[in-house]
Amino acid sequence: MSASVQSISLSGRKKQVSNKEMTFWERLYLIAIVKGLLITIKHFFRKKATIHYPEQTREFSPVYRGQHMLKRDELGRENCTACGLCALSCPAEAITMKAEERQPGEEHLYREEKYASIYEINMLRCIFCGLCEEACPKDAIYLTISKELVPSQYNREDFIFGKDKLVMPLEMAMKNNNLLAEGKLKNAN
Amino acid sequence: MDSAFIIEKSVLIVTVFAITMVMAMYSTWAERKVAAFLQDRVGPNRAGWGGLLQPLADGLKLFAKEEFEPDTKNRFLFFVGPAIAMSTALMTSAVIPWGDKLHIFGRDVILQATDIDGSLLYIFAIVSIGVYGIMIGGWASNNKFSLMGAVRAASQMVSYEVAMGLSVIALIMMTGTLSLKEISVQQAGMNWNVFYQPVGFLIFLICAFAETNRTPFDLAECESELIGGYHTEYSSMKMGFYLFAEYANMFISSTIIAVLYFGGYNYPGMQWMVDNVGVNTANILGIGVLFIKICFFIFFYMWVRWTIPRFRYDQLMNLGWKILIPLSIINIVITGICILAFN
Repeated sequence: MSASVQSISLSGRKKQVSNKEMTFWERLYLIAIVKGLLITIKHFFRKKATIHYPEQTREFSPVYRGQHMLKRDELGRENCTACGLCALSCPAEAITMKAEERQPGEEHLYREEKYASIYEINMLRCIFCGLCEEACPKDAIYLTISKELVPSQYNREDFIFGKDKLVMPLEMAMKNNNLLAEGKLKNAN
Repeated sequence: MDSAFIIEKSVLIVTVFAITMVMAMYSTWAERKVAAFLQDRVGPNRAGWGGLLQPLADGLKLFAKEEFEPDTKNRFLFFVGPAIAMSTALMTSAVIPWGDKLHIFGRDVILQATDIDGSLLYIFAIVSIGVYGIMIGGWASNNKFSLMGAVRAASQMVSYEVAMGLSVIALIMMTGTLSLKEISVQQAGMNWNVFYQPVGFLIFLICAFAETNRTPFDLAECESELIGGYHTEYSSMKMGFYLFAEYANMFISSTIIAVLYFGGYNYPGMQWMVDNVGVNTANILGIGVLFIKICFFIFFYMWVRWTIPRFRYDQLMNLGWKILIPLSIINIVITGICILAFN
């Protein structure tokens, strides 16, 4: 086998082109048009690639990372202790927070002695890489598998999600807790 | 001239007008659907079932749009342009034989608005006026792109009209008549003219593409070079009129192709149907057959649009003057020899 490099075709679809003079039938252009028409009509009957969005949704990958959620523990208290590691790990600089000391009587609200009074994620900056989830020592922030995308808005301010949108709803925490008690969920996360 | 005759003709004219409008309207829908299907998409499907209400929504939108006018001295011409384009597009349908005749209330209703002897000449006359709509509109817009589009459209339509006329002359020599009605009657059964005039048909088809400004000859409105061509400055329903006229032209030229070369309303066994089933059934079926042929050609227009890229301007002129016109003259000579030899 001493095939020259020029004649190798790994895909098997290689076509040798030439500058030879066109024949009369080729110059007529009509045959080429008919060929083209046949190609396009084949596409007419082909399966369409469209996903009818509101009715159908695209299939998501099993490792899909959706919107963030700040978790509560089994007693319904916020896990976050405002250590700032998520903000530090964030490559897009999307996270800001302000720490506050837990006052006596607030033990049922916050698990640690320090908590985030303001916790904001800029959804325009966020790239959903999940590094905040990896960095968090308290299992507070994680990216859900929710297929709900960040809704469109008219103002940039509306894309900055505060604690009202990020913290896990209390009912959800209670439901998770019940499921945990019944043994249907592996852990409280 | 009795009153029944006037009523009969008025009903026919209004019906033909309405059908032309509806066909033009749904051509816009079909264009988008066909384009989508040829590109593996689904096209408009939100307004109504399969997007069938889309043309209504589009029309409503055009009516609601702001009516912009460029600061031009030719305000009158600016209005006249779309009006000419629209009225010439609708006028050609007057001489089309939609069917043979119906038997209603004891009288024979000829399914043709008017059966003039030179109906083919009439069509050519009206079609050549159509170019004025584009030219005047493009000129009055006071805009370079519009003017360029108008100049291109005018020169293209003038040059292709020659070849178109010559290709039809061969057909007229064969049929011996200028009346579309006569030509339809002669093609009874499967005796279609396309079998006797294949080259003439091909030339006519290519010229029809050029006359209606459709791809691959849509140089008059090529978006990549001229924004919108002659209707760049138009908005609201004036713009709608131009677009509508284009689709009405497409419908009419499909009809003319079907009538001249593909037997019009004739279908095999039509005479048998008339004798055994009844005049009305046979002719309504005939109208249906004609519309199937028309719809096929409208589809063909769209099919070609999404297959062949636009010609370059010199290629367009080369094709028109150096290939199609000599070819159609040769076609006339050969037709003449055949007529002498076989008759």
